[in-house]
Amino acid sequence: MRDALGSVQSVLVLGGASDIALATVRALVADRTRTVVLAARDPDALAGRVEELRAAGAETVETVPFDADDLDAQEETIGGVFERHGDVDLVLVAFGVLGDQERSLEDPDFASGVLRTNFLAAAWAMLVAARRLRAQGHGALVVLSSVAGERARRSNFVYGASKAGLDAFAQGLGDELAGDGVHVMVVRPGMVRTKMTAGLDDVPFTTTPDAVAGEIVKGLRRGAHTVWAPPVLRLVMAGLRHLPRPVFRRLDV
Amino acid sequence: MVRPDGADEIAGALRAPASRGVIARGLGRAYGDAAQNAGGEVLDMTALHAVRDLDLPGDRIAVEAGASLDELIRLLVPLGRFPRVVPGTRHVTVGGAVASDIHGKNHHLDGTFADHVESFELLTPAGERLTVTPDDPVFAATAGGMGLTGVILAATLRLMRLETSWMRVDTERAPDLDDVMARMESGDAGYRYSVAWIDCLAGGARLGRSVLMRGDHAPAGELPARRARAGLVPPPAARLAAPPWVPGGLLRRTTVAAFNEAYFRRAPRLERGRLEPLHSFFFPLDAVRGWNRLYGPRGFLQYQLAVPFGAEDALRAALERLSRGGVASFLAVLKRFGRGSERGLISFPLAGWTLALDVPAAAAGLGPLLDELDELVAGAGGRVYLSKDSRLRPDALGAMYPRLGEWNEIRAGLDPGGVMRSDLARRLALTAGGPAPAGRRRRRSRETAA
Repeated sequence: MRDALGSVQSVLVLGGASDIALATVRALVADRTRTVVLAARDPDALAGRVEELRAAGAETVETVPFDADDLDAQEETIGGVFERHGDVDLVLVAFGVLGDQERSLEDPDFASGVLRTNFLAAAWAMLVAARRLRAQGHGALVVLSSVAGERARRSNFVYGASKAGLDAFAQGLGDELAGDGVHVMVVRPGMVRTKMTAGLDDVPFTTTPDAVAGEIVKGLRRGAHTVWAPPVLRLVMAGLRHLPRPVFRRLDV
Repeated sequence: MVRPDGADEIAGALRAPASRGVIARGLGRAYGDAAQNAGGEVLDMTALHAVRDLDLPGDRIAVEAGASLDELIRLLVPLGRFPRVVPGTRHVTVGGAVASDIHGKNHHLDGTFADHVESFELLTPAGERLTVTPDDPVFAATAGGMGLTGVILAATLRLMRLETSWMRVDTERAPDLDDVMARMESGDAGYRYSVAWIDCLAGGARLGRSVLMRGDHAPAGELPARRARAGLVPPPAARLAAPPWVPGGLLRRTTVAAFNEAYFRRAPRLERGRLEPLHSFFFPLDAVRGWNRLYGPRGFLQYQLAVPFGAEDALRAALERLSRGGVASFLAVLKRFGRGSERGLISFPLAGWTLALDVPAAAAGLGPLLDELDELVAGAGGRVYLSKDSRLRPDALGAMYPRLGEWNEIRAGLDPGGVMRSDLARRLALTAGGPAPAGRRRRRSRETAA
């Protein structure tokens, strides 16, 4: 049960290998969270995380195999977590791929894989989780979007488009669930230093998983619909979004 | 949420419970989630508010559980009777008062609400309609039992006699915590009602500075002639309403500190025998409808702790921590309890001191601060009040309520299927000792959701 200060007792992470998810769960366990389920393609690779979270005070830490792209398996995986652990206070949809933009341009099949994972599989997962959350009458559904979805950039518009779709989907779902006690929160980080972005150069406002986690926890406390990380990106993107195309095109982004 | 018209409808709801259980609700004045049930069914009890029997010579009344203390007081005051225990608001129901085993400013003499309940009628999830008297273990599990043993349908209360609807009040200022506690220790026995407003923001030498308000019902002979005619008048309805929207940061450290300073200085250093209408003495907040909105869109939460006599240091440490944390509390109250509750296994009051405060939920660092206080309180053999709680850690509960296991056994006997459930019970795993509900399906269509 979420408490009056927005603290959660149980969390399910879809994409348990995500660095942002790990940082978020760490922050949650330091507060009240006692039950953590990490769903990931390769659960064995998460042994270190499980140990760490247990040492930090989590009573139940479970890993489950989860291939987001296997849409038909999602119901069983996600539903199974709700069956086994009772109420889940927070579902964090954290999986996603960056995808090499150059390769996407050459290989539509590869591009479709990026779109499929980031948009279709994530939207599917949100629907499956939303049904469960609605039935229990409370809970939060947090989805990692990206500033890249706010305005498509030449250098990574395939990824950006997938996140733009997901972002819009999550907003609509949030409105749909508003009367059912389910809180949907869209997180829009900028460039974050993680495994996914390893090898990329820092851009202005580059941040860390811990900083994003901090914003997520704060957003849960105040019941935010949208969280930017770092928060200044809200203003930056508001400006960028309205730049005329000829000007935007000249920007080195 | 459904509003049953009678016991039969409630029995029906318990016989075929919603997949996520059922909980009864009164007027929704509990500060936490005791009468919420996400995804399940909530029974609004306020339609059951009839007076079954009023025995004036015998000083007792039998009422249905959904009757509010406001209704009772309006009925009883003109007849020269009054409930033995009233809390800080009259907008609570009799059922809620039993389920929370509430206390008032007279706890040091008169104990809790349940101490004056002769019997109540309980509808158990198994479908039985029990008449429960204080010698019954079911009484001990239901008084203060947070509604988890069944649905209270009615109660018979003992009443006290009033000569007037006026209070004779003594007010004194106390410069610090030691002083106010000493005054309460030495003087409380001379007053039926006693409570201190305490300035949680004052630190250092002024830590715990307070305004101590004590009084009793004014006898008819003490009323001046011009008031004698209006000897027994029921309290008026609330006149003021809080504005529908206020800026979120209205009650912050600076404004509350300024208010506290003014309140402390405005109070007389010492004043004896002032006559005050009953409602303004007992229910100051009821004068403003929707006063809670003053805390802004994120609202506030209540924190009420109790520590046993001998653990005064823990109380001091808690106040120091609050003062240092600068968590602005608009309303903070210190009270010296009498003996501990014997009638409720998980009732809140114990022989000791209690401190209640409300704080804006948006206050920075509030969560960790209150967690710290929980540890302090539990370590001192104290506890926090479940009816006000909305953020306690479940693992802190056992130390605070040592008879929880005993309570849970009786509760599970009454509700083997786990029908009675609330968000509070879920959050604190209150009923964890009992058997798990079997064969319940979680999925419900939107149309049938309460």
